Amino acid sequence: MSTHRFAQPCTILRHAALLFTGALILIPFAWMLSLSINPPGEIFRASFSFWPQHFYGIENYTQAIAKAPLLRFMLNGVIVCTAILALQIAVCAPAAYALAKLHFPARDLLFALVLIALLLPHEVLSLPLFILGYKLGILNTYAALIFPYVVSPFGIFLIRQFFKTIPDDVVHAARLDGLSELAIVWKIMVPMALPAIIAFGIFSVVGHWNSLFWPLIAVRDQSLMPPPLGIMAFRNEEAGNDYGPLMAAATIVVLPLIIAFLAAQRWFVEGTTGGAIK
Amino acid sequence: MGSVMSIATKRFRANHRPVQRDAHALSTSDLRRHRLSEIGAAWLLAGPTLFFLIVLFFLPVLGVFVIALTDWQFGASTLSFVGLANFEEVFSDEGFRISLVNTVLYVAIVVPGTILLGLGIALLIESGKSFRAFYRAIHFLPYMATLTAMAIAWEALLHPTIGLVNQTLAAIGLPTANWLRDESRVLPVLGVIGIWQNLGFAMVLFLAGLKSIPQDLYDAADIDGADLWVDRLWTVTLPMLGPVFMFVFIVVALKAFETFDTVQVLTQGGPGHASEMLLFTLYRESFQYLRTGYGAAVAVVFLFILVTLTLVQARVMDRKVHYQ
Amino acid sequence: MSGIVLGNIRKSFGPTTVLHDVSLSIADGEFLTLLGPSGCGKSTLLRILAGLELQDAGSVSIGDRVVDGVRPKRRDVAMVFQSYALYPHMTVAGNIALPLRMRRLNAWQRLPLLGRLLPGTRTTTLEITAEVARTAEALSIDHLLTRKPSQLSGGQRQRVAVGRAMVRHPAVFLMDEPLSNLDAKLRVQMRAEIKELHQRLGVTFVYVTHDQAEAMTLSDRVAVMLNGELLQVAPPQDIYADPEDRRVAEFIGSPKINMLDGLVSAPGSVSFADTTIVADIGLSPGAHLKLGIRPEAFRFGAHSERGAISGTVRLVEHMGSDLYVHLDVAGAKQPIVARLSAERTASASVGQRLNLSFEPERVLYFGSDGRRIRALDFAGKAAVTSIRESA
Repeated sequence: MSTHRFAQPCTILRHAALLFTGALILIPFAWMLSLSINPPGEIFRASFSFWPQHFYGIENYTQAIAKAPLLRFMLNGVIVCTAILALQIAVCAPAAYALAKLHFPARDLLFALVLIALLLPHEVLSLPLFILGYKLGILNTYAALIFPYVVSPFGIFLIRQFFKTIPDDVVHAARLDGLSELAIVWKIMVPMALPAIIAFGIFSVVGHWNSLFWPLIAVRDQSLMPPPLGIMAFRNEEAGNDYGPLMAAATIVVLPLIIAFLAAQRWFVEGTTGGAIK
Repeated sequence: MGSVMSIATKRFRANHRPVQRDAHALSTSDLRRHRLSEIGAAWLLAGPTLFFLIVLFFLPVLGVFVIALTDWQFGASTLSFVGLANFEEVFSDEGFRISLVNTVLYVAIVVPGTILLGLGIALLIESGKSFRAFYRAIHFLPYMATLTAMAIAWEALLHPTIGLVNQTLAAIGLPTANWLRDESRVLPVLGVIGIWQNLGFAMVLFLAGLKSIPQDLYDAADIDGADLWVDRLWTVTLPMLGPVFMFVFIVVALKAFETFDTVQVLTQGGPGHASEMLLFTLYRESFQYLRTGYGAAVAVVFLFILVTLTLVQARVMDRKVHYQ
Repeated sequence: MSGIVLGNIRKSFGPTTVLHDVSLSIADGEFLTLLGPSGCGKSTLLRILAGLELQDAGSVSIGDRVVDGVRPKRRDVAMVFQSYALYPHMTVAGNIALPLRMRRLNAWQRLPLLGRLLPGTRTTTLEITAEVARTAEALSIDHLLTRKPSQLSGGQRQRVAVGRAMVRHPAVFLMDEPLSNLDAKLRVQMRAEIKELHQRLGVTFVYVTHDQAEAMTLSDRVAVMLNGELLQVAPPQDIYADPEDRRVAEFIGSPKINMLDGLVSAPGSVSFADTTIVADIGLSPGAHLKLGIRPEAFRFGAHSERGAISGTVRLVEHMGSDLYVHLDVAGAKQPIVARLSAERTASASVGQRLNLSFEPERVLYFGSDGRRIRALDFAGKAAVTSIRESA
C-alpha cells in the first residue's frame, strides 16, 4: 500500500483527531459523572473542577437511591424487557419458521403483512393502543407496558432471514427423527439461529429499556415506571437544582447498558444496528 | 415437494409399513392429507403472530384513520363523522405548521451532521490499525446510552450558570447564552444532541461498508495511478459506500423525525413553540390536551411522512444490485 | 528495455517468512510464470514487483531502473487481478479510461462538471476516448463500452481487466491468477488469447498461477516456487523432463511422478522395488536415494534392453486414450502408477500379474536433501542389465 510512506505523521494525526472527537463525545458522560461526585457547594462555585475537593459521591448516590425508588425503576425495566423479549421470541420464532420453511396458502400474504407492519412507526399507533389498554382495563400495570410489543415484525423478519439460510435437509432429517413441527422450531431451528436471536434480543432489550414515549402514556404509578420515565419524574418532582443526586441517578440508569455494551461490544453493535452489519 | 415426501416417509415408518415403498405408490388422498397437515401446522405456528399483527398493528392503524375522521373525544360515548375537518384544523393551525417546519429543520441539521461526522470518524478509524475497537466503542457509546438520562446530563452541561459550555465560553472570552431558553438557539442545540446521539450508528455502518470494499480495488487504483488519498477516496471509497450512504441517510432521517425524548425532557417544545416537533405535538394533543381527533390527524400526517421515507429507502436499496 | 531483476527479495508477515532471498532475472519481452501451490509466496512476489507491497530486504529493478520505493503508478507496470478488480460504479469505458485520465489530466481537470471547462480537458478527453475505443476494439469488447461490470459475463470482465491494463502500453504486464475465476472451457479459450496478446504486444509478462497446464502452455520460462523459495527457473519442457529438485518433480505432471526408495547396491548399480538398474551416479554403495519415474515412462510388457518391474494390478482407471494402472510391486511402499496407451495394452485387470518396462535414462535420481543427482555416464541401452528377482 502506498500509505506506509507517510505512516508516522498520519498515525499521529489520526490519533489526535480521534482522541479529540472521542473526548467531545464523552463530555456529557464526564460531566454527569463529575457532578454526581461533587458537593452542592462546589457545583455552584465559579471555579469548577471535574474532580471535587471534597468527594461527595457516596452522599449523592445514597441520596439519589433514598429519594427516588431507583432500584425499583431498574427492576421494572428488567421485568418489562424480559417479558417483552420472552413473548416476542415465543410468538415470532414459530411464525418465522412457518414463513421460512413451510408451504401454505397465503404465506406470501402473511409475509407481506409482516413487512407492512415493519413500516408502521409505533408512536402512530399509540392512541388506539391506549384505548385498547383502557378497554382491557390494564392501563397502569406491567401488562400495559408489555402488550403493544408482544409481536415484533422486525424479529420475525430477522429470524426468518436466518432460518432461510438453514438447509431444508436439516428440517427433513428432524422430521424423519420423529420431531413435531413445534419441536423442530425449539430444538433445532432456534438453537441453530442463536446468533440472530441474540442480536434481536439485544435490539429489543436496548430499545425498550431506553424507551420513554409509550411508558409515559401507559403508566402513572411511580412503582411501575421503567428507568427513563422514572428518572424524568424524579427530575421534575424532586431534584430541582439539586444536581448531585440527580446526576447520580442518571448515572445509575445509564450504567447497566454501558457496562453490558463494553463487555460484549460486537454483539451490541450488531444488535442495536438491527443486524444491518455483522 | 421434498418436505411432503419426508413427512410421508416418516409416517410409513411409524405405521410399520415397508419403508422402501415407492413414492409413486402414494395415493392422492395420502398426499392431500400430508399437504393439509403441513398447512395446519403452519397456521398453528403463525396463528398467534397473525392475531397480534391484526390486533396490535392493523386495527390500530385503521383506528387512527377512523378517529381522525370523527369528532370523538376520549371518554365520550358518542361520535359523529366530520370528514376532513380535523385535517383542515391541523393544516390551518399555526402551531402545527411551526411543529412541522421545526421537525424538517431539525432533520436538516441532524442528517447531514450525523452522516458527515460518522463518515469522517469511520474513515479516520479505518485509516490505521491501532485502537480500532477502542475508538469505535467511544463514539458508539451515546447511541447505547439511555437518552432520557443523558438529556438530563446535557441540561446540566448547558445550564446558563453552572454548565460547562458557558463556563468554557466565558473563560475564553466568548459570549454565553441560555441555550435551551433561547428561541433562535434551542433547535440547533437539540440538533447537536441528535448528532451526538446518532453519529455512532452512522459510524459503525460506514465502518462495515469500508471493511467490505475489496483490497483488490485499492490495488488496482494504485496501479492505475489513483494513489493519492483524495483520488482513492473519489475513485474507490465513496462510490463503493454508495448503498451504505443511502441506508444511513434514510435510517437517520427516520430517527430524527421520531425525536421525542430530548424535547420532552429538555424543552417541552419551548420556549414558545421554538422546539416543538411532530411527535411531541402528537403526544401533547392526544394525551395531555385530549384533543383526540386532532391528535389522530397529526398521527396520520406523521405516518404519511415516515412511510414515504421508508418506501423511498426500499426503492433506493433496490439500486444496490448494481454494485454486486 | 524492460527486463526485470529481483535481487534477494525477502518478506515476512509478522512471524511467518513468505519469501526467502528470492532472486530472479526476467528478460525483456519474456513470458515468465510464477508457478506454485497457494501460499507459496508467488502472489506476494508479484505484488512486490508491482509496488503494492514493500519488501523487507532486497531490490527490484525494472528496465535497468531500481524501483524500490517507487509508487506503483510510476513503475510502468499494469496488472490484471484474479477478481479483475473492476470499479463497479463505472462503465466499461470508464474503467478502461481511468489509468489514462489519472495520468494525463490533473486534479482540477478531473473534477466532475467543472473540470470540463478547464483548458485542455476537452482535447485530452477526446484522445482518451479514442484510445479506449481502439483498445476495446482490439479485444472485441467495443459493443460493451456503456455497460457496467455487473452486466458482463466472466469472460467479458476478464477482457475489460486486460483492456484497462493494455490501454496505457505498459512495459510490463503482471497477471495474478487471471483465469481462475472462469469455467474450464472459457479458461482454455482465454489462455490462448493471453498467449496471442503476449505475441502481439511483445512486452514482458509476469504471470502467477497454481495451474501447471497454464504455466506449461503459456510460458517461455517457468519459475517454480514452494514455501517462499524459488526451486527452479527453466523452460516448461525442462521443468517437466529435467527437474532440479524432487519437489519440482512431484509438483509437475499428472498423474504424479512415482517416487521410490532406492539403494546403491554396488558401484554403478541402483536397486529399487524389485529391480536393479545400472546407473553411475557417483554415490558409494550403501547410499540411500530417491528415484523418480514418470507414469508415462512405462511401457507395456517386458523388454530385454530396458529396466523392468512386475507386479499385481490393484486398480485400473480408463482415461480414453490412456490407462492409468496402479501396480503393487514387491519392495515398493506405494503402488506404482503407469500411464499406458490403451491401444498397445493387451489387457490389464485387477489382480492380474503385469510386466512393465522403462528406459533407465528417464529415471530421475534425488539425494536425501531433495536435490537432483545426475548420472555421470549415460553409456546407453547396452549398459543396462536387468536382474529379475521375482518373475
